[in-house]
Amino acid sequence: MIAYLGRRLIQSALILLGVSIITFALLYLLPADPVRQIAGRSATPETVENIRRQLGLDQPFFVQYWRYLMNLLSGDLGRSYIQRSEVTELIVSRLPASLLLMLGAIACEVVIGITMGLVAAVRRGSKTDQALMVGSFIGVSAPQFVVGLLLLYVFAVRLGWFPIGGYGTWRHMVLPSLTLGILGAGWYSRMMRSSMIDVLRQDYIRTARAKGLARGTILFRHALPNAILPVIAMIGIDVGIFMGGIVVVESVFGWPGIGQLAWQAIQRVDIPIIMGVTLVSACAIVLGNLLADIVAPFVDPRIKLR
Amino acid sequence: MTAPILTVSNLAVSVHGEDGEREVVSDLSFALQKGETLCIAGESGSGKSMTALAIMGLLPQPGARVSAGSIRLGDTDLATLSENRMRTIRGDRIAMIFQEPMTSLNPVLSIGRQLTEAIEAHTPLSREEARRRAVEALKAVRIPEAESRLKQFPHELSGGMRQRVMIAMALALKPDVLICDEPTTALDVTVQGEVLELLRDLQREQGTSIILITHDMGVVAEMADRVIVMRHGRMVEEGFTSAIFAIPREDYTRELLAAVPRIGGGRAGQLAPSPALRFARATSPQRGKEIGEAGAALDIKHGLGANGGKPPLPGGERVAEPRLDRGSVGAEGHDPSVRDPGGSGGRVRGPTTEPAVAAIHDLTVRFDLTGGFFGRVDRRVHAVEGVGFTIGQNETLSLVGESGCGKSTTAKAIAGLVPYAGKIEIGGRDLASLGRAERMAIRRDVQMVFQDPYASLDPRMRVGELVEEPLVIHGIGDRKERRDRVAALFERVGLSADQMERYPHEFSGGQRQRICIARALALRPKLIIADESVSALDVSVQARVLRLLKDLQREFGVAYLFISHDMAVVENISDRVAVMYLGQIVEMGTRDQIFASPRHPYTKRLIEAVPIPDPSRRRARFARLDKEIPSAVRRVGDEPPKTLLRDFGEGHLVSEFGL
Repeated sequence: MIAYLGRRLIQSALILLGVSIITFALLYLLPADPVRQIAGRSATPETVENIRRQLGLDQPFFVQYWRYLMNLLSGDLGRSYIQRSEVTELIVSRLPASLLLMLGAIACEVVIGITMGLVAAVRRGSKTDQALMVGSFIGVSAPQFVVGLLLLYVFAVRLGWFPIGGYGTWRHMVLPSLTLGILGAGWYSRMMRSSMIDVLRQDYIRTARAKGLARGTILFRHALPNAILPVIAMIGIDVGIFMGGIVVVESVFGWPGIGQLAWQAIQRVDIPIIMGVTLVSACAIVLGNLLADIVAPFVDPRIKLR
Repeated sequence: MTAPILTVSNLAVSVHGEDGEREVVSDLSFALQKGETLCIAGESGSGKSMTALAIMGLLPQPGARVSAGSIRLGDTDLATLSENRMRTIRGDRIAMIFQEPMTSLNPVLSIGRQLTEAIEAHTPLSREEARRRAVEALKAVRIPEAESRLKQFPHELSGGMRQRVMIAMALALKPDVLICDEPTTALDVTVQGEVLELLRDLQREQGTSIILITHDMGVVAEMADRVIVMRHGRMVEEGFTSAIFAIPREDYTRELLAAVPRIGGGRAGQLAPSPALRFARATSPQRGKEIGEAGAALDIKHGLGANGGKPPLPGGERVAEPRLDRGSVGAEGHDPSVRDPGGSGGRVRGPTTEPAVAAIHDLTVRFDLTGGFFGRVDRRVHAVEGVGFTIGQNETLSLVGESGCGKSTTAKAIAGLVPYAGKIEIGGRDLASLGRAERMAIRRDVQMVFQDPYASLDPRMRVGELVEEPLVIHGIGDRKERRDRVAALFERVGLSADQMERYPHEFSGGQRQRICIARALALRPKLIIADESVSALDVSVQARVLRLLKDLQREFGVAYLFISHDMAVVENISDRVAVMYLGQIVEMGTRDQIFASPRHPYTKRLIEAVPIPDPSRRRARFARLDKEIPSAVRRVGDEPPKTLLRDFGEGHLVSEFGL
């Protein structure tokens, strides 16, 4: 277990190193010039060159990257070009909001997705099943900004049940979490349905029935833990999909997380922030997958971590 | 006679399919007495499992239902009982064990949990008391260290152990009726013996009535008090076991019994004896089976070789000659000398000038297992360890052994499907020394027929294309020639040429296996590897496919490497037999050397464990294994001891290990 964790963490570090190189290279090759953004349209060429030298952007790629990497290893993500403050501070101050939103979204996904899948599998072929699967199809295919706006309009503007935007109470969390989670819920319900249908056909379910166990016991103790395995693996991967989603959702709901930060940074080619947010997201994805792999043996004793 | 425990009257089970409702069990009536074992025997599709599920109220939903009749347990009619009432009876008064112990236990729940939950569901016992009951049940099925097993998970137990856990689970609440649906079909033959004996003992102790569902007439003869033979959902015949076996009244029962491969019957037990064989038998009644039949078998070959397929002329010399020959060989080898396991097999076949079709020397296949911090190889599966044998032209060599002994891996290595160490010669040429193109060419000489005819044919290709494919791959003939050749092959394996345009799902299991055989024959190979090729087939189909294989051998002169766990089938088809245990050959010789005078204790156990389809020869006790077969997984550097084969005369090689 310790050896496994050690090996996985080393692998994770290598992955993050790769992500940093690729992102850095992409931003370097970007046709947009960050210095122009900082200096403004009316700046003289000398001012522009001055700023460029100040920021070290006149150096060759590898020198720039090496410097960035060295700073990174000491925990310094650099300074924002535009906001004039430390990227680390900016991210740290906004990360809790995003993590909270993500937790809310995972809860929505898991609760809605698994329940829908479970019911559909048990009622397989019925009207309920069909309705649920149409619902999940819509969930999977609807763009997040549309879902967000729709939810806002119905539940915030019309019904007034939840606030229109902002951050603070659990009420503020409901609509953004739902918006972010609805895509995953759609996927999970489909995965859960097919996985559950498969499990319910297994011999050990027949054994459980032959023992005279109650229906609930069979479903929740015998079938669910087996059916949920592929979904657990999926949650790890999902963290990555969330990272894309929060950029949109945080903008729609005015949620003060790193998604919003990233959005602003991208518009202004604020390279240190973009790099920082990308690395934090990559970290989240890698950790999410690691976590899913660590949880799996607790659900399925056949899985051994080596 | 007291009132029966369970009475089934005029039972009909219907399944809703695409073309409306279809009866899969019709008008079935029987009664089960207390403490009795009733066997329901039949081939696949006979409705025997559906009957069991109907009694349990576990018919697949939706789709199947009891459409007529009653199932009375004491005074209760189970057929009309609500699901809630039925649940209180299932597991408590009627319990069931299933065919597949590997999949019948829930992989994510501990053994203890799975045992106690049934007890808790039906009794008011506390968790602690239920636990004690569970330990008792495990002890009753003779599981060692019962207490500590409760914490284990199913994947940590072997197949035999899992089936014992299933039995413990079923019997923990001392049910009136125990239904066993093919309880030992998925188990190795030695384990099967133990499980059957366990069932008999428990029945004696607890007075449980047992309904045993099986396709294996050997198991029926071994276990049943009474037998019901079913076919196409109907009862064909019912009676006491001894009567059914001694004087079957119905044709179908007779056919079924005739098709059962028997140990000790020799080749004549199944395949119509050729004139030569009959003649040889007639001339050598005094010689006893060991030599007489071996000589006869050899004789057929000689006859074929010399006379181009015609039976040899009657004449004492022809029979005597090879025997004398072999006698001298035997005398020379009588001083039992240790020799290389690889080289010596071929000479048993008597004088042959042509090179062996396949010669295997010191074949070793190991699979690496990784572990540790950097995922280094720290253990290896020693699947095959220094196996050697030769297969002569026109010869059938069987590899037998229990699951995990390396017989299939050996076959895969010869077919070039797994990397190996050692030397494999096909037609006298070492595979390792050949270039890519030459190896491709030599691959034509070795073809395979697999176990599962359902999985080994691509469902999206027409069967004609499937058989033609090897010809296409090796670029043989033009389109027309290939089609003609395929058509001829279809006719030859007992299908018709106009079936070529159909898809695999339109054929039955036996027909599909014929298609697989046609595909293997398409390239006119010198060697066909048949890996459990008849194991998945019903006995009557199995008998026909075996006969086809024999006929094809006579006609095309192809050699077979026949891999099977079924000792009776092996005895029927083989010229020579090699017994494998833990990746090594422990005994090798002619069929009669192995079956009539086995020398290695493992061979003896394997043969003894096979249930004999004759109730009058029912054994009092099975040989019981005191320990499980050790694992083939070893740490790196911990090489298994290599056994040396000692020659006991006439090419009968026996491992010194364990003697």
